[in-house]
Amino acid sequence: MSTDETGPGGAKTPENARTPGIAETPESAKTPDRSGGDLVQLITPSGERISHPEFDFWVRDITDDQLCSLFEDMTVIRRIDVEATALQRQGELALWPPLLGQEAAQIGSGRALRADDFVFSSYRENGVAYCRGVDLTDLLRVWRGNASGGWDPYSINMATPQIIIGAQTLHATGYAMGIQNDGADAVAITYFGDGATSEGDVNEAMVFAASFQAPVVFFCTNNHWAISEPVRLQSHIQLADRASGFGIPSLRVDGNDVLAVMAATRLALDRARRGGGPTFIEAVSYRMGPHTTADDPTRYRDANELEDWAAKDPISRLAGLLDRKGILTAELRQQVKDKADAVASEMRRGCTTMPEPQPMDIFKHVYSTPNSWLERQQDHYARYLASFGDPAGAVSEEGAR
Amino acid sequence: MTQLTFARAINAGLRKSLENDPKVVLLGEDIGALGGVFRVTDGLQKDFGMHRVVDTPLAESAIVGTAVGLAYRGYRPVVEIQFDGFIYPAFDQIVSQVAKLHYRTRGAVKMPITIRVPFGGGIGSPEHHSESPEAYFTHTSGLRVVTVANPQDAFTVIQQAIACDDPVLYFEPKRRYHDKGEVDESADPRSALPMDKARVLTDGSDVTLVAYGPLVKTALDAASAAADEGISIEVIDLRSLAPVDYEPVVASVRKTGRLVVTHEAGQSGGLGAEVAASITERCFYHLEAAPVRVTGFDIPYPYSKLEMHHLPGLDRILDGVDRALGRPNSLSGLEG
Repeated sequence: MSTDETGPGGAKTPENARTPGIAETPESAKTPDRSGGDLVQLITPSGERISHPEFDFWVRDITDDQLCSLFEDMTVIRRIDVEATALQRQGELALWPPLLGQEAAQIGSGRALRADDFVFSSYRENGVAYCRGVDLTDLLRVWRGNASGGWDPYSINMATPQIIIGAQTLHATGYAMGIQNDGADAVAITYFGDGATSEGDVNEAMVFAASFQAPVVFFCTNNHWAISEPVRLQSHIQLADRASGFGIPSLRVDGNDVLAVMAATRLALDRARRGGGPTFIEAVSYRMGPHTTADDPTRYRDANELEDWAAKDPISRLAGLLDRKGILTAELRQQVKDKADAVASEMRRGCTTMPEPQPMDIFKHVYSTPNSWLERQQDHYARYLASFGDPAGAVSEEGAR
Repeated sequence: MTQLTFARAINAGLRKSLENDPKVVLLGEDIGALGGVFRVTDGLQKDFGMHRVVDTPLAESAIVGTAVGLAYRGYRPVVEIQFDGFIYPAFDQIVSQVAKLHYRTRGAVKMPITIRVPFGGGIGSPEHHSESPEAYFTHTSGLRVVTVANPQDAFTVIQQAIACDDPVLYFEPKRRYHDKGEVDESADPRSALPMDKARVLTDGSDVTLVAYGPLVKTALDAASAAADEGISIEVIDLRSLAPVDYEPVVASVRKTGRLVVTHEAGQSGGLGAEVAASITERCFYHLEAAPVRVTGFDIPYPYSKLEMHHLPGLDRILDGVDRALGRPNSLSGLEG
């Protein structure tokens, strides 16, 4: 098998990669497996830009303006997260899964994607959804209890977030097999956490991805905790090392370093576009908040651990770099803050003005074509509601009579 | 018209679907060079290539889960679960993903996935190879569940299932794979009886006998034997298990006043219970006797030397007919 001699970003899919048969990795697309090595890091926790012989290449085009833009993105999604948490505390949302501490992992990878790439995520990748251009009201529909899914997946090329742990990794792999069949050079990327690596589906996904050399990127955010279970309970080896057992090269990257994450994701995407098959990225980060707003991490987590990770905060790290470069002006800070406040305010407005779903909506979209059982139940329930004379307001939890 | 076995009829239907729609892809274990363990996909990989007929690694959740991803990408995957008892590792992907994605995305994402499952017993296999798991899936909203009872239906319904924008579980009665029947290969599946409709197979006036899949033949044999005793049985092939097409059953029971439902699956929570309850609701004042279920027992599928005791045969069905008619039967004198 051989590949075209095209460069990163403009790669064509090799003709013979269209057949999802057992395939070999083209030499030109092979990536050194760095799973056992140190974390890939381009910005130190104190904000110093350090060079890396291999990964600098992948972010060589990032200008100071773009660094400022990444700073803005991370600040905005943290602000969205804080606002959504507040909305939950105020009873506007039933639940919210915070991403606090994982901003670099989500923005670094999300900004590396192309519009025609397709994302299959867990429920925590709200920052990735932001990168895809999600309508912020859509982000909240599920958590407000107004819908089972927030958006039309094809409108932003991102599937409805998955709550069953790890199930989405198979969807991404299947989608990638479809890309292969189509002869396209898009990539499917799937996001999951450290806990998901214990699930059968994630392991089966890696078997299929390797067997068919599917253009899929496995993006594992190791945030160290699966609700109350520490990552050491899930794995006795580094998560990135698991991939090699499937024949999938892997990278272990500092997940709080937005540049390192972007470089790693770009490398993996390029590899997939060039017919090189799947890559596993372990982004080592930390979930600084609870698993969800229903959770209490003080019951299972040492406060010192949180303090250690606070010192590696992804946003202050990038702020440190901008400061060293002399571009973190008071004006920039204010501008970013204003943008974050405006986005949060718009999201709050969208949340509180979201139209209430109507009772008969529950029957919609179960099937794409009529189902005689359901039509009968729907008809009977409509008659029941009509018997109150006020269908929309007839039913409450306490009863209507 | 040609004489085809059940297995060849499904093969012919799959071939038509592959020919007619380039988005149809087949996935499963051993479905390529081997042609499937029952040879249902025989020759298809040779003719359509490895990218249309894909031999997969051995992982049921992945076979169904990757089909979900392919459907997201606009494909119409047809997956083969090698045996009924192997479907359980894929259960989550079927009931939490395949069944619900259309609802979850408010109709934006279609899941036109067909899941082929050879099911039922009577072939002398070891455990996990003879199960009837249909009720797990008829209980899950968002799935359509169908089964077939003759080669012509096998040929047309597989094409209808693949063309359907909803996910369909297509249960194949494996002990009938080698039965032959007339098949009109030129029949257009769009003008054939839709897969969600039941079919009345015999006209009868004394008892309505509802069956599906492998037991349709047994039910017809029972009706024929009963006719020799002067009992007139109306046999209905349910065909669709979710949704059940109740109209012909209701019409029949209003005429006969008596209902017998038979299936290989265990009794508790089975489809027979659902049919009996629904017909009781709709036909209570027409019923002359309580509906009767003649089913497999609530046991793990037994070892093969005893499986014929578990599976409803002609005589057990006739015993059930006698119960419905109030004639002397094995339970005579037993109350409650």
